[in-house]
Amino acid sequence: MIDVILQNPILSALLALGGLSAAFGAILGFAAVKYKVDGDPLVERIDALLPQTQCGQCGHPGCKPYAQAIVNGEDINKCPPGGQATINALADLLDVPAPSLDTEHGEYSEVKKVAFIREEECIGCTKCIQACPTDAILGAAKQMHTVIADECTGCDLCVEPCPVDCIDMIPVQTDLNAWKWTLPTTNQKPLFHVVANELNLIASDRRNSDDEKAA
Amino acid sequence: MTSLTRVWDIPGGIHPPENKNQSLQLPLGEIPLPPLLVIPLNQHMGTPAQPVVQVGDSVLAGQLIGAADGTFSANTHASTSGTVIAIEDRAIPHPSGIAAQSIVIQPDGLHAWIEKEECADFRALDRLELLDKIRAAGVAGLGGAGFPTAVKLAPKSTQVIDTLILNGAECEPYITADDMLMQVRANELIAGTLLLSHILHHPEKLLIGVEDNKPKAIAALKMAIAAAAVTDPEAKKIQVVSFPTKYPSGGAKQIIQILTGRETPSGHHSADIGVICVNVATAVAAWRAVRYGEPMISRVTTIVGEALQTQRNIDVLFGTPISYVLEQHGFDANRASRVVMGGPMMGFTLLDLDAPVIKTTNCILAPGKQELPPPAPAQACIRCGLCAEVCPVSLLPQQLFWYAQAEDFDRLETHNLFDCIECGACSYVCPSSIPLVQYYRAAKGSIRQQEIEKEKADRSRQRFEFRQARIAKEEAEKEAKRLLRQKAAEEAKKKLAEKTIATSEPLEALATTTDIVAAAVAKASAVQISADEQKIKLERMVNAAKSTLEFAQKPLVPNKTNPVISEEQLVKQQVRVKQAALKLAEAEKKLADFIATQPELAAPEPLPTATTPAVATTTAIDDPIAAAIARAQAKLAISPADRIRSNIESLHSRLAKAEERVAEAKADGSINVAALQQGVDKLREKIAETEAQLTEPGANEPVAVKAEKTAAQIAIEKARQKATAMANKSDGQKRAEQIQALQLRLQKARERLAQAEAENDPNIEAFRLGVTRLEEKLNEIA
Ligand code: SF4
Ligand code: SF4
Ligand code: SF4
Ligand code: SF4
Repeated sequence: MIDVILQNPILSALLALGGLSAAFGAILGFAAVKYKVDGDPLVERIDALLPQTQCGQCGHPGCKPYAQAIVNGEDINKCPPGGQATINALADLLDVPAPSLDTEHGEYSEVKKVAFIREEECIGCTKCIQACPTDAILGAAKQMHTVIADECTGCDLCVEPCPVDCIDMIPVQTDLNAWKWTLPTTNQKPLFHVVANELNLIASDRRNSDDEKAA
Repeated sequence: MTSLTRVWDIPGGIHPPENKNQSLQLPLGEIPLPPLLVIPLNQHMGTPAQPVVQVGDSVLAGQLIGAADGTFSANTHASTSGTVIAIEDRAIPHPSGIAAQSIVIQPDGLHAWIEKEECADFRALDRLELLDKIRAAGVAGLGGAGFPTAVKLAPKSTQVIDTLILNGAECEPYITADDMLMQVRANELIAGTLLLSHILHHPEKLLIGVEDNKPKAIAALKMAIAAAAVTDPEAKKIQVVSFPTKYPSGGAKQIIQILTGRETPSGHHSADIGVICVNVATAVAAWRAVRYGEPMISRVTTIVGEALQTQRNIDVLFGTPISYVLEQHGFDANRASRVVMGGPMMGFTLLDLDAPVIKTTNCILAPGKQELPPPAPAQACIRCGLCAEVCPVSLLPQQLFWYAQAEDFDRLETHNLFDCIECGACSYVCPSSIPLVQYYRAAKGSIRQQEIEKEKADRSRQRFEFRQARIAKEEAEKEAKRLLRQKAAEEAKKKLAEKTIATSEPLEALATTTDIVAAAVAKASAVQISADEQKIKLERMVNAAKSTLEFAQKPLVPNKTNPVISEEQLVKQQVRVKQAALKLAEAEKKLADFIATQPELAAPEPLPTATTPAVATTTAIDDPIAAAIARAQAKLAISPADRIRSNIESLHSRLAKAEERVAEAKADGSINVAALQQGVDKLREKIAETEAQLTEPGANEPVAVKAEKTAAQIAIEKARQKATAMANKSDGQKRAEQIQALQLRLQKARERLAQAEAENDPNIEAFRLGVTRLEEKLNEIA
């Protein structure tokens, strides 16, 4: 037997390769079992890209369930709060073409909103607390309720259950910390005292420097 | 003392026209007190100060009006004496044009100071005390960023500071504020340098870096050093280093590189490489804070531009509206292309001229339309690479531009976007006039915003998941409770059902149970296949059937005395009797068949006569199993009546309570009346139902012994066991045992009967019957 193998180079090569693949296969198989990751990492990664507004507009009771649904093959364009940016990021992650937002589930809005309870009108029914997915509403039965603006995701879910309709969704104010420069619009016409973005001070003295050179 | 010190060069850089002469023609000026001072609470980098005065308070110059909020913040002081007339959002000099909380002071024109705490010798004070004084005076970086100075002067203990640099480069065109300051306050600057050196544990090198386009300032500093050296030998250590003018050599990281050759690594502070760099004006402010106890309330600012009649440097109080400053310098709005705070490279257009001068206002530039024309429209990038050549931090501005346009934040970060000092050199040289810096600022803002949003999203996720978990837990608890209740209810129902069956159809149930037991016994004995055994088995079956029949007949006897029993029930019972008789006939036939097929079993034992059901009683009782079961069933049949009665009682009491409550609710007109009434109705229904149960046949039969179903089951079980055991015993043994047991039972029965007779129990009839039956049975066996 050994002799036959030794004398036949093709056979020995085949045997060697076969043996190697069997050995590595076994190692890989073992590793797959031993180092199995708990939970579905893809769900986590998709969830990390979703805006966590938890509004349920996608048709799921929160962002994580939608992430799970995407893993199970659902469309990636159902999250209105995330808008196109989220769809693109998801498409990037899943390596699929990015569709545009399915407006059946809602429209994307640039303006971030936050719930505000007109406190004098609140009757303390606690309905809104039950609706809020992030526990952003404080209050107790028969007590006035209030929204913790920092924790409110602007999901809109508390507005409808309020029996006295005292919850408003107000746009988030940009304060100095939240303010940022915007990208220049191409070939904009600068206007004095109107928009800060029209600023382009630089290159101002070039004419002068040319003059100087000429002089 | 000399400028022979070696200087290094920085990469890139540009040489824009300096335009510094305009503002240096006149000496340092001052302007009259404005009619109103608007002092924003966030003139520095970090958290805004918190107001500590109220509207209507009168304040003195240098009085604290805004207290620092945390370490990374700075105190704010009243710039003059007067009255606080408002604390509200006012326009501040910020590229966004957003208003921010400010304290508005109406000056009284006296400019009366608070009491100042002077300090002749700072060396007598502890370092921490000195830092406290500087912090209390609200000193923040006057170079442009407004970094709280006390924070800067307290490096971590791991950072060994060997070089202190006083930044007097002032590289941006037009601005001459530091130049002017160095000329007129050179002595104070040298004293301030020594103070900072003391606070920083006397670093090896004390350097004042000045661009070589400020010869007057350099000369003044050198004179001041010579003068100071007379009294303080440390002053000799101070070197004034002049280096070639180049924009942007005044950036902190740039001047450090120029003076020490050390590069600050990306993402680090200069203190990490042993250098602290402080603006010259800041050093003077720190000195004044310590020496004279004077909080920072004014600064030297360059007022320049072709749209102004007078261009000069002024020492101006913080809070002075820029419109007022401009007015004092002959501002012609028609000639101005815009008003800029800061220089032409790094400044920003002011959206509201009523915004005040603040700590970081180093220049107010009001250029003419020719001087600073609107930028040419941006063209496409032609990839000339000029921007990369001039970048002082050796970034790749072009790449950054592409990525910023594409909002590719990951790549921007890997290309070190955050190292960009926004100097504008790249935009300055860009032949396509692309506003590069604005792209970078926007991208930086977006990245920061994204980070904030990410953090918020993470928090929302956490809160959401926590809530889900909490709800799930609550649900699980509820579910568990519900299941428990359900189980209890089911059990109760089962009990009730069994009892109902037992009570309403005691005979039928008994018959079937007996059959089951018989079957079990048959099975148990089936192992022995001998014909003998089989015959015995069959005989037992016959016996069982007989006992069934007997029991089926039994209720008829007491019922005769009970007139409540309806005609229908009697019919039913008769039917049952018939059924039992049929079964008996069947069993007998089987036995006969068996004997017929087994001829070897000679001389068959005389079959127990079953001529008429009425006479069959004794034989039936013969079977111990059937008897035990009968007892158990009887017990089952007995208990429900009691139970139902007690049920009814409790229901009645509940009803009474509920009715009370309804009355109460009605009395005080509660909204719950309807609900309560409903509860009462339901209770009534229940009582009616239970009472109906009680009147049902069987349940009505008088009972003395209360038994539980489980007890009955145990009895049945025992009987079964006995039966299997019996099946294996010899006839003689069996009989002896039977007789013994019967005698025992008879005795007990008699006792019970006697008791019943004594108490005139209504069950006396039943007891008597039991005793007679037992006696008969015993006679039969014996
Ligand atoms: S639609 Fe609402 S719940 Fe669904 S993924 Fe988007 S933010 Fe989350
Ligand atoms: S407060 Fe209202 S809008 Fe805000 S997260 Fe809660 S439910 Fe949504
Ligand atoms: S739902 Fe409306 S009324 Fe009820 S507690 Fe919330 S805010 Fe108040
Ligand atoms: S603005 Fe930024 S990229 Fe442009 S030259 Fe200055 S440091 Fe370099």
